[in-house]
Amino acid sequence: MINWANLISQMFNGLVLGALLALISSGLTIIYGTLGVLNLAHGAMFMLGGYAGYVAYTYTDSFIIAIIAGSLFVMVVGVAMERIIIRHFYGRPDEDQLLVTFGISICLVELVRFTFGSLSLTVPAPKIIAGITSLGFMYYPTYRLALVGIVAVALLSLFLVLYRTRIGMIVRAGIEDSVMVASLGINVYRVFMVVFGIGAMAAGFAGIVNAPVASLTPDMGEKILVQTFVVVVIGGVGSFPGAILGGLIAGEIISITSMINPGYAYVMLFAAMTLVLVLRPHGLFGSQSRG
Amino acid sequence: MIKQRPFLVETLTAIGLILAPFILPHLGFAPNTVNRILVWGLFGIGFDILFGFTGLLSFGQSALYGTGGFVTAYLLTRTGFHHVVSALFIGMIAAAVVGYLVGLIALRRTGIYFAMITVAIAEVFYFVEFNPLSDWTGGENGLPGVPSPSFDLGFTSFHFSSGWPLYGFLAFWYFVGIVIALRIIRSPVGAVLRAIRDNPLRATAVGHNIHGYKLTAFVVAAAYAGFAGGLLGIMQAFMPPDAFMFETSAQLVMQTAIGGTGTLFGPLLGAAIWLFLQDFLQAALGLGAAWKLVLGVIFVLLVCFLRHGIIGGFVDLYALVTGKKAVAEEPAQDGPIPGLTAEEEQKAAEAAIAKIPVASPLPPRHRDGDDYKGPILQATGLTKRYGGLLANSDINFTVNHGELRGIIGPNGAGKSTFFKMLTCEVAPTSGKIVFEGNDITGQSVTDVCQLGLTKSYQVNQLFSQLTVRDNIVIAVLAELRGKFRLDLFRSIESIPGLTDQVNHTLAMVNLTARADTPVASLAYGEKRRLEIGLALANSPSLLLLDEPLAGMSPRERVETVKLLKSISQGRTMIIIDHDMDSLFELVERVTVLQEGRVLVEGTPEEIKGNPTVQEAYLGGVLEQ
Repeated sequence: MINWANLISQMFNGLVLGALLALISSGLTIIYGTLGVLNLAHGAMFMLGGYAGYVAYTYTDSFIIAIIAGSLFVMVVGVAMERIIIRHFYGRPDEDQLLVTFGISICLVELVRFTFGSLSLTVPAPKIIAGITSLGFMYYPTYRLALVGIVAVALLSLFLVLYRTRIGMIVRAGIEDSVMVASLGINVYRVFMVVFGIGAMAAGFAGIVNAPVASLTPDMGEKILVQTFVVVVIGGVGSFPGAILGGLIAGEIISITSMINPGYAYVMLFAAMTLVLVLRPHGLFGSQSRG
Repeated sequence: MIKQRPFLVETLTAIGLILAPFILPHLGFAPNTVNRILVWGLFGIGFDILFGFTGLLSFGQSALYGTGGFVTAYLLTRTGFHHVVSALFIGMIAAAVVGYLVGLIALRRTGIYFAMITVAIAEVFYFVEFNPLSDWTGGENGLPGVPSPSFDLGFTSFHFSSGWPLYGFLAFWYFVGIVIALRIIRSPVGAVLRAIRDNPLRATAVGHNIHGYKLTAFVVAAAYAGFAGGLLGIMQAFMPPDAFMFETSAQLVMQTAIGGTGTLFGPLLGAAIWLFLQDFLQAALGLGAAWKLVLGVIFVLLVCFLRHGIIGGFVDLYALVTGKKAVAEEPAQDGPIPGLTAEEEQKAAEAAIAKIPVASPLPPRHRDGDDYKGPILQATGLTKRYGGLLANSDINFTVNHGELRGIIGPNGAGKSTFFKMLTCEVAPTSGKIVFEGNDITGQSVTDVCQLGLTKSYQVNQLFSQLTVRDNIVIAVLAELRGKFRLDLFRSIESIPGLTDQVNHTLAMVNLTARADTPVASLAYGEKRRLEIGLALANSPSLLLLDEPLAGMSPRERVETVKLLKSISQGRTMIIIDHDMDSLFELVERVTVLQEGRVLVEGTPEEIKGNPTVQEAYLGGVLEQ
């Protein structure tokens, strides 16, 4: 017996999760596409955004400031990370890049654990969009509805930056062929820095807007990182549309399976990934050139 | 490949394991810590074969560790099965089978994709263990009451309970694990695994089925993980569910990287450092939970500054102190001699080269297709389209047995694309390629190489971390063993004919004196000759050479032309080059490509005199 209200509510949850995954995965995928570095600390960026937002919120009581401060802080961390460590790894093998970003991730997670402890923290939703809304046939938390909109706006801004600005054009060209971009006289290293900052900021933003929905813990990034990987494998590495479609697919699979049996959510997600790998090894929107 | 006195490493390991209980307690290691180190070390041996030797970084080993551990623990606690060693082996086999299935999926991709897929798979196992399978695995309670091993010999019985007695049991299995791993890395399979890490493209092109070998490495790693997982349950008398956690995989990766990859002992050393620091930071310095932060920072610093871990650091230090690494004998003078014009230099070079003895070439190996009479290669209607670009258009091309064919054409004429289609690196959009009577269209490079068609690349594709000899060994192994064989325990020296063929190939490309030099310290001309040597080592019946003379000094050119002449005896060759003089001197017929089509075909004389060729290729400038 299917409970329709429940199913629709889960589909909404899936949409929320999917939109978040799409945003985080876009960050991961543009970084990989441009720099060729898979940032295993991307989950930690998500977590860091949440905590930075929490700190800003405790001091100012303003959710808007929390969002801005959280995203900017993570962007600064991202840029610093790229300038200090990552840039020394462009010429080194993939494995070294994975190891070093993984090490950074551990440092960030443990630093947060050391500072804030392992207990979960919460950031309340802003008053205007707190509570629940009646959709006629069912009730749904207002903030979650708003979250879909917020993330959609963020994705749209990312889209505009990538597809309507000069730097975005360079980034997209860099994903296709960064050597060619460098030989056109563009300082790719500066572009790399900017991309890393934007990618990290996408994850950080997701971290803070997600905070009212799920509480903050130091290792919240790990779970989301794994889901992000699946999204990127499904969508195709380096593809912005792939990240969005992959994110929505993954979000719905997790939510709808969870309604039936949460234990199988990952199994289904994995099954979908396997199916894509068998049918389209480079992902739905992936190209042969990368990965 | 590792030349050492036989069983030296094995003996030292045994001595170390025997001495450890007498030394380590004085360094502050509790027996249970030492036991944990051994389990991690054994787990890591398999992982090092996968990561250090084959270059596949998996973040999902926890899935296999947990599988082996829970199968063993389940047998021993829930089924009334009491034979501990058999249960360990059953757990190992279960993990290997799971590893095979996981490998089939994860190895569809390489590099970062592989890493991401393994993480995702491991996460699935974690959730499956906790929920759907919790009736069998105890869910978050794990499986308590795993018995420790005991052996009843009739007159007396041994019981390996916790502490040092259990150490004996674990140390025995660690030793067995190391002995087996050493056999594997010294076997032909081990050599191929290193080649895959170094240059997977070339490993494929010299005729190895690298997918099969990668899967082998994955299954071997899984077996080690499964066995170690079983030992974990026995060691703790409890199988903990966190064996399945991502933490487990992560700790393994970090320990291996800290200790040093590609050494087999790296994970053991890494685990020792890790567990020692954990105890030390937590207890002695009172850091509490912050120990992991300190370890994380240490790890990042190590990855940044000590690329090959602690063991690698010691090796480099040793090399630095003894000055061993720097001294690689320089090749005989190679650059231009001052005060000579190019022409004089060329002559001097020719005179010098005439003195170099040339080894007679190995005849092409007899293969099934060899009795085929008729053209060795026949391509019909070969077309390659890249989007809107027509790289090759309707090429018809026939080469007879024993022929020496040259292909020329301006840059962008589609010569290299044409070669890539002939060796099946690139599938043609349409058309058909027949080699010795077999339709090879759409086959893999590996299969085509095994049939006797190889290519030397325009841009060197060498195994750059190996020595010259080992490069050739990799290629010869593909011929002597076929594209895939699981001779995991065979010594590489025991393959009949290997040494002869390697030496012969080295002599043919005049690299005998440089056999033990690492490829990275070769001069460019020598690398080029090795490139040809790799294609030649399989004794192909048809050899394609993509610009063998490009970028060479006059002296190197003369040397190479002489080399090409000598290897052409009894062999069919097709050569692309821009050096007209050398090419016309070498080949019997020339095909001219222009804009992806065959412009004209004929003897060098006909081509030289052909006005269309001069028009197209030389821009209409006539020479006297």
